[in-house]
Amino acid sequence: MSALAELGSLKKSGGNKAQGKVKRTFKDNRAAFVFLAPWIVGLVAITIGPMLISLYLSFTDYNLIQEPNWIGGENFTRMMQDDRFWNSLRVTLTYVIVGVPLQLGLALAVAMALDKGIKGLPFYRSVFYLPSLLGSSVAVAILWKQMFGTSGLVNQLLAMVGITGPGWISDPSTALGSIILLHVWTFGSPMIIFLAGLRQIPAMYYEAAAVDGAGRTTRFLKITLPLLSPIIFFNLVLQIIGAFQSFTQAFIVSGGTGGPSDSTMFFTLYLYQRGFGQFDMGYASAMAWVLLVIVGAFTAVNFYASKFWVFYDD
Amino acid sequence: MTTESAPRVTTDAKPSAPGSSRAPREAGTPAPGAGFTRRPRLQAKSVLKHAILISAAIIMIYPLLWMVVSSFRPSEDVFRAPGLWLTEAHLENYATGWNALTSPFSTYLLNSAIVVLGAIIGNLVSCSMAAYAFARLDFRGKKWMFAAMLVTIMLPIHVVIVPQYILFSQIGWVNTFAPLIVPKFLATDAFFTFLMVQFIRGIPKELDEAARIDGAGHPRIFLRIILPLMTPALATTTIFTFIWTWSDFFSQLIYLTSPNVFTVPVALRSFVDAQSSTDWGAMFAMSVVSLLPVFIAFLIGQKFLVKGIATTGIK
Repeated sequence: MSALAELGSLKKSGGNKAQGKVKRTFKDNRAAFVFLAPWIVGLVAITIGPMLISLYLSFTDYNLIQEPNWIGGENFTRMMQDDRFWNSLRVTLTYVIVGVPLQLGLALAVAMALDKGIKGLPFYRSVFYLPSLLGSSVAVAILWKQMFGTSGLVNQLLAMVGITGPGWISDPSTALGSIILLHVWTFGSPMIIFLAGLRQIPAMYYEAAAVDGAGRTTRFLKITLPLLSPIIFFNLVLQIIGAFQSFTQAFIVSGGTGGPSDSTMFFTLYLYQRGFGQFDMGYASAMAWVLLVIVGAFTAVNFYASKFWVFYDD
Repeated sequence: MTTESAPRVTTDAKPSAPGSSRAPREAGTPAPGAGFTRRPRLQAKSVLKHAILISAAIIMIYPLLWMVVSSFRPSEDVFRAPGLWLTEAHLENYATGWNALTSPFSTYLLNSAIVVLGAIIGNLVSCSMAAYAFARLDFRGKKWMFAAMLVTIMLPIHVVIVPQYILFSQIGWVNTFAPLIVPKFLATDAFFTFLMVQFIRGIPKELDEAARIDGAGHPRIFLRIILPLMTPALATTTIFTFIWTWSDFFSQLIYLTSPNVFTVPVALRSFVDAQSSTDWGAMFAMSVVSLLPVFIAFLIGQKFLVKGIATTGIK
């Protein structure tokens, strides 16, 4: 069961916990405190504390050197008028909305092709999975920078068939696409999760459907998709959250600038430039909270929409 | 050969099919006859499928292979040799790349190794302790703490990074490895806590109870019974922590700004920046060096990696 399913079941069990509470003894309070001590310190000092402080800083002009001054909502009003902020939001949204469905679609397609005990499954699984382990590294980002350069690997291969390719990463209209492609290339880890999910679907469902004369498409739409929908759902939620935070690839490919013409200026990259380039920590904190709210909103919408398409077998 | 492979293809296509619907058909049709009419179509289909999958696999892996091959070629070949054929292995790129920055590349490898080792130990100790509490103990506020733990898995690092940076810079931890290691000892990688909770839940409770009857307390049950039984989860944690920390860039970029504490990703990045005339051969060579440990971890720990993501459904 995934973390998301777990959260969902916690929420569901919340209602009828009331009667259970009475007979609860909490007999391990002291032992639990010892075992959880590191985690509690971490939660307070590394997570919740900094979250609250960054919320406070987002209403200040903190710059690491001078004491923070309360400036109210100025960071947020500045943000509303900041074209580069809006651009970074647009770039990131494009990346998320195009990259995630493409990656998940490919993951599902390949997982379906690999299901049904295909020969050489371990080989295929390894080859398709490997890029997703390496994809977030600086080294692969360097490779991508070369591959999609004006005389990079992609254009060398295109030249062999007589096509003169553009300078993919130096052209504002294709630079983001090259980075999205890198994201799609890492479809291996959702593929593994889909493979595990497909294996859970009882073969008799398909057999019964085949007897009733259901074709491949019908079986996919009426059996595979509904039974896989919880897995598709949490992959979707987690990949969206992850994609919003992408940083390394755009940073390396653009040499830290988000160029050309801000076309790969991801939200996190702009946040980094404002916070750790210009030490405008107040503005960076405000941006971080906007990011949290956007990611939270996407997740909430996902959860809400899931009622209409996610099917739970139990 | 062909007659032997035919039934195998049919059985492969439908594994574990004890379903009642198929049984009569299988019994009704004589095996050789069925094989005859079905075989060519199935085989052609299966060949086509493998052909597509193999092409896809080649496309996926080609860039990586090409980078490895190119790292053994003269640097200027990077822009004119798209093939994988290597006539002779040049090692100059590795020599140049190794010494291209202020310190030899071994310094950065060592720095990365220290950070990774610290992170692994931290995650193993702190996450397993927290997981034991969540999976086995009964205490006040468990539900909400567990929910908080799950939520932190999904929390973007950016909402905490600025104050964390301020905090760590005030204690003088910038340009040390402490900001990258200490949080791991505080179970901040909630993903692994969750993974271990899942695993411990699968260990029969009777074992705990038997030990308790023998007078063992929780520390003893944890150390003597649960920990030895959860080695697969610990192995998964070790390998994932290794790969993620080794490749992690954002936090290392922020906390490590002076060249003598650079880790591999930060060093590679400064390599890209420093090279205005870009020595791609040397850069590829060091990229290959940086990917090699991940690749080895992948080869050794594939089983745990695949199980880890399949059971927790994350990343």
